[in-house]
This record gives sequence, C-alpha cells and structure tokens, in this order.
Amino acid sequence: MLDADFFRRWMTATAASVDREAERLTALDSPIGDADHGSNLQRGFAAVTEVLDKEAPGTPGAVLTLAGRQLISTVGGASGPLYGTLLRRTGKALGDAAEVTEEDLAGALRAGVDAVMALGGAAPGDKTMVDALVPAVDALGAGFGAARAAAEQGAVATTPLQARKGRASYLGERSIGHQDPGATSAALLVAGLAEAAGE
Amino acid sequence: MLINVPETVVSDALRGMAAAHPELTVDVENRVIVRRDAPVSGKVALLSGGGSGHEPLHGGFVGPGMLSAACPGEVFTSPVPDQMVRAAAAVDSGAGVLFIVKNYTGDVLNFDMAAELAEDEGIRVARVLVDDDVAVTDSLYTAGRRGTGATLFVEKIAGAAAEEGQPLERVEAIARQVNDSSRSFGVALSACTTPAKGSPTFDLPPGELELGIGIHGEPGRERRAMMTSGEIADFAVHAVLEDLEPRNPVLVLVNGMGATPLLELYGFNSEVQRVLAERGVAVARTLVGNYVTSLDMAGASVTLCQVDEELLRLWDAPVRTPGLRWGM
Repeated sequence: MLDADFFRRWMTATAASVDREAERLTALDSPIGDADHGSNLQRGFAAVTEVLDKEAPGTPGAVLTLAGRQLISTVGGASGPLYGTLLRRTGKALGDAAEVTEEDLAGALRAGVDAVMALGGAAPGDKTMVDALVPAVDALGAGFGAARAAAEQGAVATTPLQARKGRASYLGERSIGHQDPGATSAALLVAGLAEAAGE
Repeated sequence: MLINVPETVVSDALRGMAAAHPELTVDVENRVIVRRDAPVSGKVALLSGGGSGHEPLHGGFVGPGMLSAACPGEVFTSPVPDQMVRAAAAVDSGAGVLFIVKNYTGDVLNFDMAAELAEDEGIRVARVLVDDDVAVTDSLYTAGRRGTGATLFVEKIAGAAAEEGQPLERVEAIARQVNDSSRSFGVALSACTTPAKGSPTFDLPPGELELGIGIHGEPGRERRAMMTSGEIADFAVHAVLEDLEPRNPVLVLVNGMGATPLLELYGFNSEVQRVLAERGVAVARTLVGNYVTSLDMAGASVTLCQVDEELLRLWDAPVRTPGLRWGM
C-alpha cells in the first residue's frame, strides 16, 4: 500500500532530479522553444516541496492536489497548468483514502493524463509530454521500474517527430531532430515515482 | 547583461518601474501593475499580461486610454492565474474585465484558468485572443498563429473604446475586429539571450537572417543569406499582404525587436512605405519604435491593421502610458 509519505517522497525525488537536470532541460528547450523549461520547473517543484513541508497533507490525494495547485500558482507558461492539472486530477481521482494500491494509482494517473490531453489538446505523437506519460501509464501494470523505462523511451522517441502542439510547432519541419523538453521532464516525474518506490 | 542575478530580473525591473512611474501602482511581490485611479467607475477594465522580455509590452501600456492592469510573468513565461485574478479584482468597477491574450499555449491556459476563478468571484470576464503572425500556419498541426505586434493595436484601440464608456460586449467586439484586421511578419538579424540561459537561444551566424520569427527568441521558419533593408521590406510586406487585402487605409507598426537602432528602423520604414505605395495600400498612421520586443534580439517586424473611421478615431484618441503617449 502507498501512503502520503510515499507521495511526498515522489515529489521530493522529482524536485531533486529537476534541480539536477534543469540546465539540460533548458538546453533542450533552446533550439525548439524559448530556453526556460528547466528554470521554470525548478522554481515550481522547489515551491511544491516547500508547501508540502509546511502544510503536511495527510493523504495521497491531498499531497498531489496541493502539489498541483502549487505548480499552477508558481510555474506559469504551459508547463504550470499542464503539470498542475496532471497532479491535481490524479490527486482528486485518489480521493481521501489514507492508503492506496498501485492499481488505484495507475487508474488515477490515467485520469490525470487524460485531463492533460483534454486541456492541452495534444495526442500521442505530437511531440509533447504526453509522449512520455501515456507509455508510462500503460506500463505501470508491470511496475514502477517498467513505467520509468517506458517514459524514458517515449521521451527519446520524440526526437524524429515534428511538433504539432506547443511552441515547437511554430518551427514546422525544423522541430525534427530535437528531443522534446516536455517529454523529457515528464520522464523525470515518472522516474521520481520509481525512486520513491525504491526501484 | 546589465543584471544582478537571473532570478531577480523581473522583480528588479518592477521596482525600477515603480520608481519611474508614480502614476502606476506596482505590486512587486504579486507582480501586478495597475493604473493608480483603478477601478474607474462605470468603465470596462482591460487586463493583459504575458512573459517578460517584451517591454514596453504590457506593463508599459498601462494607463488612461489603454490597459487598466498588466501581469508580467517570468522572462518569456506566461504569468500565473493568481496574478490575473488579483489584477482583475483590483480593476473591476462592476462593468466587467476584458482579458487580452496573445495566442500562446501557456498564456491561453493560464488566462482561461484565471477567467474561471474571476467569474467565481463575481467578475464578468470577456476574452480576446491576438493571433496576427502570418509566419505560422494556422492549422491543426500548430498551436495556431502567434500574437505579436497587433497586441499594441488591440490594447490601444480597445482601451480607447473602454475609456469613452462603451460596454464590455462592444469593447470585446472592437478588440476582435482589430485583431481580425491585423497581420504581422518579423525577421531577426540575431538571436536573443535569456537571463536564465545566459547565451543566445539559437545560433545565427553573421551574414544570415531568420525570416518569420516570433517574439520569444524562437528561430523562424527559414534562414537566408543577409538581405538589404529594401529586400526585407519587400518580403515582409508581401507576406502580410498575402493574407490581408486592405480595402481601407492601414495603421503601420514598424517594430524593433530590441537591439535594432531607430536609425535603421526609420530607414526600414521608408522601404515599408515604398512597398505599400507600390501595392496601392493607403497608409492612415505609422508608428516606428521598439514596442513589442524580444529582449536583445536585432531585427524588426511589420504589422498592418486595416481601419475604418471608428477604429482610426479610437487610435487617435488620447493615451497616457509609459510606452505610448499622445493627446494628453
């Protein structure tokens, strides 16, 4: 069973990896975006760990809902509403149980990813965060390690795609050949989940 | 870069703006710029915002005759809904608030969330999207056209309509008409450097230029060997006129991207006017300067806005903001 502490560890691990990888995310965002993805997420996840420490929510759902709200309030850009909605909707789907199963989490994450696709209008193959999230959710049945591998693979697989959503889409064919920064940060979020599970 | 550290660039600029413009209320902590006399009784309020790095847009356009409030985000990053809701509450007189939103995914998502929250607080909100950049194909395969130079026309003309007491539905319709009547095209002679990255966002060797750039240091659609000012004017104006066939006179904005001297912008304007004359397009008014910028990018954009008598009258109406001022 997964308790609130597991979900706090997930957020802390993600904040740490976003912090480590911030320069790389910004570098990926330079040729096909506007060179700020790393610093924006760094600011957002730092604020998430801060508010989780301060308010110490007691259930898995409350941890993710608070984290999502904090991202919406601090990140800005498209990433703020999209990552914020992902965590908030996942948290809402978990309800107010004190502990949840891995199956509960898989179902809730799918609801979160669906909400991201509805909000941003992106589908798999559009070269966005969705390309890491959808394979990760699909693989979650086989464990957190499998989800992490699927997300990383999904992120790498965005390289040959032409962007159809987000700022990279303005480049048309010139977006081909670059790994998508949003899919890359989404893979970090999934890796944080595996880390929280000790995998 | 003339900065302290990248993390405080926006706050530092807001403190400086507050010191230079006592006629504005600048809330540095919450990142909201409001005209000092807001809310103005009975008047529709205009609220805009977007990433920083485009100054004087948007904060520099707050004041009588233009915006009621602006919300600056981080550099090239849309502001967050909390800012917009706070600003809307500060400027709403009960006559409603028009959100002027440049068409970028982040801006649209955050303003949509803010509109929902503001409506929950009993504020009437209308929204107009600015999407004037012809370099981007408006199709299912892109995020749609970008909002660039036409933002200035929308904010000025809708601002004048609001100032003379027109109701929210009318101000919204005028803002939409201005956007629908405007098209832009931009070129870059250099990339720009964001404080977070500290180096140019893309590599543009001397002797080459980018055609069809946006205002966030993103590269354009096409790179070419350097062209003369006259050749660039031919290319840019033709690109705009491919999409806009003006029957009425036009407003012309020859806009610098931040690092191109006025000397060059005026020279470029003479070429733009030549091309317009060759194409038989009558010019009603022309504005030349750095208004919708992209940090330290060198380059320029051309925006044309077809105007009828009412839009021209509203364009000529008095305005008093840090970035645009005439008639008062």
